[in-house]
Amino acid sequence: MKLLYFAWVRSRIGTGEEALHPPPEVRDVRTLLEWLKRQSPGHAEALKDMSVIRVAVNHEHVSLDYPVGPDDEVAIFPPVTGGSGEP
Amino acid sequence: MIRVQRDDFDPGAELDRLIAGRHDIGGVVSFVGLVRDMAGGARINAMTLEHYPGMTEKQLAAIEAEANRRWPLSASLIVHRYGRLEPGDRIVLVITASAHREAAFEACRFLIDWLKTKAPFWKLEDTDRGAKWVAADAKDDAAAARWEER
Repeated sequence: MKLLYFAWVRSRIGTGEEALHPPPEVRDVRTLLEWLKRQSPGHAEALKDMSVIRVAVNHEHVSLDYPVGPDDEVAIFPPVTGGSGEP
Repeated sequence: MIRVQRDDFDPGAELDRLIAGRHDIGGVVSFVGLVRDMAGGARINAMTLEHYPGMTEKQLAAIEAEANRRWPLSASLIVHRYGRLEPGDRIVLVITASAHREAAFEACRFLIDWLKTKAPFWKLEDTDRGAKWVAADAKDDAAAARWEER
């Protein structure tokens, strides 16, 4: 599985990209994030506050119950802040 | 059309190119977003926009397609920059053209509101108090939510 990290998620984990092989019990985004937290102190720090974590699978925004598999590209990042100006 | 680029853009030239040769367009609306020099009481020296190549283009194209589904647009353009920008620099351009001005005005607002909450960009501000990742603003979510279809 290809994992991509952006913004402060990337800087806390210490890399922008890694290839990992989660165990079979990782079936969806929720179980993937729980498993990722146990991979290093950086992963744990980056993913400790789930209210500011967003996930995309194969370039689409998804929710925690979305299924993931070995061939997926999974990106983990904070809420997006593009555009400009206040409303 | 959508474009994601490091370089600056010329809003007038982009608008001229979008409507060149068209005689079915009654009105064109454009929005240009700029880098401000202050945020939350801190002075900004520069900001760096990071994005997710591949997903960014896909999300912007999907947002543009949604605007075309909702309003009768004759033409539209979204240009979003990434990389290092300084106060006064242009960040984003949205242009909408339609036979009728109301469609052009509404679609332009929709596009800028929605891209702020859907396009995968993140801003790192270099301020006089150090570097800081910009947090998402609940006001932006509220602005985007106005366009949710009921």
